[in-house]
Amino acid sequence: MSTNRNISLFNKKLILQAVKDSVIKLNPVTLIKNPVIFIVGIGSLLTTIIVFVGIYYGSFSSFNLQIAIWLWFTVLFANFSEAIAEGRGKAQADSLRKNRTQTQARKMSGNKEVLVYATELKNGDIVVCETGDVIPSDGEVIEGIASVDESAITGESAPVIRESGGDRSAVTGGTKVISDKILIKITAEPGNTFIDRMIALVEGAKRQKTPNEIALSILLSGLTIIFLLAVVTLPAFFGYSLKASGQPLSNNLTIPVLIALLVCLIPTTIGGLLSAIGISGMDRLIQHNVIATSGRAIEAAGDVDVLLLDKTGTITLGNRMATDFVPSEGVSAEELADAAQISSLSDETPEGRSIVILAKEKFNIRGREVHQINATFIPFTAQTRMSGVDIKAPDGTVRMIRKGSSEAIRNFIQCNNGFFPQKVIDIVSDLARQGATPLVVAENNKVLGVIHLKDIVKGGIKQRFAELRKMGIRTVMITGDNPLTAAAIAAEAGVDDFMAEAKPEDKLQRIRDEQSKGHLVGMIGDGTNDAPALAQADVGLAMNTGTQAAREAGNMVDLDSNPTKLIEVVEVGKQLLMTRGALTTFSIANDVAKYFAIIPAIAIALYSGKNNIGPLSALNVMNLGSPQSAILSAVIFNAIIIIMLIPLALKGVRYRPVSANTALSRNLLIYGLGNLPVRS
Amino acid sequence: MTTLELIQIILLIALLIGLTPFMGTYMFKVFTGQKHFMKPVLGWLETLTYRFINVMPDEETNWKKYTVGLLLFNFIGFAFVFLLQMLQAYLPMNPAHLPNVSWHLAFNTSASFITNTNWQSYSGETTLSYFVQMIGLTVQNFVSAATGIAVILAVIRGISRKTTDKIGNFWTDLTRSTIYVLLPLSIIFAVIFVGQGVVQNFKSYETVQTLQGTQQVIPMGPAASQIAIKQIGTNGGGFFNANAAHPFENPTPFTNFLQIFAIFLIPMGLTYMYGKMVGSVRQGWTIFTAMFILFLAGLCISLYAEYSPNPNFGHAKLMEGKEMRFGVANSVLFSVVTTDASCGAVNSMHDSLSPIAGMVCIINMMLGEIIFGGVGAGLYGMVVFIILTVFIAGLMVGRTPEYLGKKIEAFEVQMAIIANLSTSFAILVFTAWACMSSYGLAGLNNSGPHGFSEILYAYTSAAGNNGSAFAGLNANTIFYNVTLGIVILIGRFGVIIPVLAIAGSLAKKKITPFSSGTFRTDNWLFITLLIGVILIVGGLTYFPALSLGPIIEHLLMNHGINF
Repeated sequence: MSTNRNISLFNKKLILQAVKDSVIKLNPVTLIKNPVIFIVGIGSLLTTIIVFVGIYYGSFSSFNLQIAIWLWFTVLFANFSEAIAEGRGKAQADSLRKNRTQTQARKMSGNKEVLVYATELKNGDIVVCETGDVIPSDGEVIEGIASVDESAITGESAPVIRESGGDRSAVTGGTKVISDKILIKITAEPGNTFIDRMIALVEGAKRQKTPNEIALSILLSGLTIIFLLAVVTLPAFFGYSLKASGQPLSNNLTIPVLIALLVCLIPTTIGGLLSAIGISGMDRLIQHNVIATSGRAIEAAGDVDVLLLDKTGTITLGNRMATDFVPSEGVSAEELADAAQISSLSDETPEGRSIVILAKEKFNIRGREVHQINATFIPFTAQTRMSGVDIKAPDGTVRMIRKGSSEAIRNFIQCNNGFFPQKVIDIVSDLARQGATPLVVAENNKVLGVIHLKDIVKGGIKQRFAELRKMGIRTVMITGDNPLTAAAIAAEAGVDDFMAEAKPEDKLQRIRDEQSKGHLVGMIGDGTNDAPALAQADVGLAMNTGTQAAREAGNMVDLDSNPTKLIEVVEVGKQLLMTRGALTTFSIANDVAKYFAIIPAIAIALYSGKNNIGPLSALNVMNLGSPQSAILSAVIFNAIIIIMLIPLALKGVRYRPVSANTALSRNLLIYGLGNLPVRS
Repeated sequence: MTTLELIQIILLIALLIGLTPFMGTYMFKVFTGQKHFMKPVLGWLETLTYRFINVMPDEETNWKKYTVGLLLFNFIGFAFVFLLQMLQAYLPMNPAHLPNVSWHLAFNTSASFITNTNWQSYSGETTLSYFVQMIGLTVQNFVSAATGIAVILAVIRGISRKTTDKIGNFWTDLTRSTIYVLLPLSIIFAVIFVGQGVVQNFKSYETVQTLQGTQQVIPMGPAASQIAIKQIGTNGGGFFNANAAHPFENPTPFTNFLQIFAIFLIPMGLTYMYGKMVGSVRQGWTIFTAMFILFLAGLCISLYAEYSPNPNFGHAKLMEGKEMRFGVANSVLFSVVTTDASCGAVNSMHDSLSPIAGMVCIINMMLGEIIFGGVGAGLYGMVVFIILTVFIAGLMVGRTPEYLGKKIEAFEVQMAIIANLSTSFAILVFTAWACMSSYGLAGLNNSGPHGFSEILYAYTSAAGNNGSAFAGLNANTIFYNVTLGIVILIGRFGVIIPVLAIAGSLAKKKITPFSSGTFRTDNWLFITLLIGVILIVGGLTYFPALSLGPIIEHLLMNHGINF
């Protein structure tokens, strides 16, 4: 379902736009946001001026011109990497935005409807949407119920129900009402809707740098200053050496050579790609149909080391299934199955249906129509906590079949002057210990036995948790079940810890406890109850189907409302950080080579004899022909490497769920020592 | 190299490694306020000191107060030493009737001694009286070393504590390191040195008739007491001009062995103490190993260079500038250890080392004096590199960088960069200035790349707070005294202040518990990374300068040209 937003790495339109943007980005106001590249920009300008001044005085230097050209290319390539990452993100966001700007909204003004543009809607406005209308902005349903097509943002074609009150009241701008009519209260300021935020996160100019990016920028700027010192002091050392070797001071290093040296030494590779890495991390998140409301959240996702996961939907399939009938004394299993099936005929819950199916599979008892056997369905209520049927026999007696929790049935039996057999008590506690839900079936004053309802743990989830453990992430299962049941499921799913009989406020407390121990906590939630916990968690992933309160509280929204998504979010976060680290290491390690190429080359004539080849030629291990060619080749390599690494920056380094140590060794081998330019 | 020399080097290393845990454990007990065997002996002195300076020993402060205390203390020390020199002629214990010292030399010497640099633009026996040497310089030898220990203690507390702004009490740390660590050790060493023939008296200089019939003035003085602390506290400021090459300062091979031993004793022990205080001895040994590898590499290169024949003379083991008593191996060993540990004492003239051995000395200092380094200073310098390493490589495990559970964020990176930048700025900019100005070039005794190396060595030694000199340079001029003094101050406080800021910032943070997702900082991989970052970030900056100095000189030597 996310395939439709997987935009191919390079397509012609994107590249053309990116080329155009990379020129526009030469504007010093935007360029200065990237100090390393800004320095290169200044260098390019200076070199260009020197070339023209040279021409004016009639001494054209093709070497200087070439340096100037390649320096400009270095800046352009860096801009291009940012532009192409932005372009990919924007392409995804643009279709949504296009939808919205043309939308007209039916705003309620008093009792009258007024037609306004969607972009003019303010927080608190109330609009009406009917079949066929596009919902103009983010909001909350305050009246009515409707089915809504959210495929524009989720890619999921099946419509979803949105209704006032409850946990499914939030609607997103750009989605479409397919049936019925709803009144919506707008909850977003103009320009601050989900889609706007999504766009802002992938647009370089407006993008806020994340904390780690800021720290890395400081490091890169610091290194730049250190190398700047090394370069600006060089002419002084050189001048001394020239004097000492009896050569004229006019042989001292020229400004273009110094600039070229500087550009080769400062970490231009990571400086140029840093922004692209950040943007494409956001982009990958969007490909998973997750929207982050801040860049900080995605870094926190990489850092998270405790995940709070709801049992239902995340660890187990949403529904319990009947897996066995355990009869009481003096009752046959078939008898029990028959009664259980009859009591469940009108029970449309998945549990009820699973009972009907199990009876049919095990004892070939066919389902009957309720009205044929003259039965009245007794639905489940919160008070009785049981359901069942009353069957009127022709003689006027009534068969009352009930199923429910052991306590509810015990009450029922006692009211009918029956007794609750010890064997059933044993069965019930035994099943509970196994993590199952025992459902007791009774007829009139007799207990027939127990239906074994079991939580089905999702396939592959155990493996997933094992991977998380390897990465140093602890999983905590949250469930309303009793501790016995919870423990059994926790063991089966392989989670590290569980919270049984958890109330929403327990979740919040648990998060606070973990955080005070230094952990970073990620959780997923949907209800208004979850909002405080979502806000407290370091990564709070709200489901799109959840309430507006939950969506506002979390720092990410999962458009698919898939509870396992949290795990993928963590992986995207880690991948982003790894990519940043790998390219930083690559960039810094790469300086060494360029150093050894340039320094011997420019100092080759010092202390030389008649042949003009001085002693430092011994260090010319790369066998570069002339000083000029050495400098030029280093500058060209320096520029080209940025372009070559763009695919890696956009795709991210390959991610595998392994321990920190293994990941480090691997990345270090490839990006530090290997200095492999591009991953195949 | 003879087998005996090899055995001696191995013995030295084995002895130092063996004593590291003992020193570390002892200092751990001293600085965490636990019971230790020196407490009953010297406890009264500690209590008395607190009462005298009016300090509550357990009252801890935040990093800003800690820093202010440190700066204030150092400033008072500076002013005191400065005035002593300016008024020397009117003060007692001046049997040679030495005159007042010039203002710029006094400035340079004060800056140099309060910062544990002990760069000496003067020669001790002809410039400073016994009084100034004892009351001024020897006192600073103690407290400047104690200041270094205080800083690393604050850093360790910053790392190991959580969610607090308290990083200790500067005065307590200063007092404890002086009384329990530096004082007992220097007494032990001073007594041994006296036993071996190092002079310790208040006599006037003696004039004797030499065998050739000429007159020679033999300087005297309270040397042993100053020499013990000069080695123990990695100060390096000699009592006599010739430093540890002078027979009254370093008379026998045994004292020579002990002096080398004394330089590394505390810095090595501190790594162990570090491990204990952050809760993992392994972390301490990791740092130790990284430092040790760098030390060994430098030593091997240096020995190789000295034992390779100089093509112009056709034989190895040139003895120029070395003492017959010690020979080549011991001179090289001393030169590597003294530049590793920011000590600066010398038992040979580094100016006469082969170009590559000389370069090893310069590189040792350029890396920021982190190869065991000055007392305390080496370790906090190393922490700066650890922070940079963790930040650069830590991301590769897919988490934002952390060290020992502490997140390394923008502020820490910024401070680490400032610390790094201070030294690079001081070395490069001032060397460039000296190369371009006539005042700078006036002091040179040698031409060509060797002259350049001399200037580079001087500023590197000053910025690294080492204090050793390449000799050839006449530094007692206004230009050199003032610029070197400034470089010394930048190299010291330009690192201490940001490092203390890091300590304060780390102390406020939570500690993320260790898990398999944590970037490990206690294995061989980390050691490799750390050394890589030290060489690339700390060393690469100076590659152009080194190419034009020792490297080119070495190559020219192979072409038959000497300087």
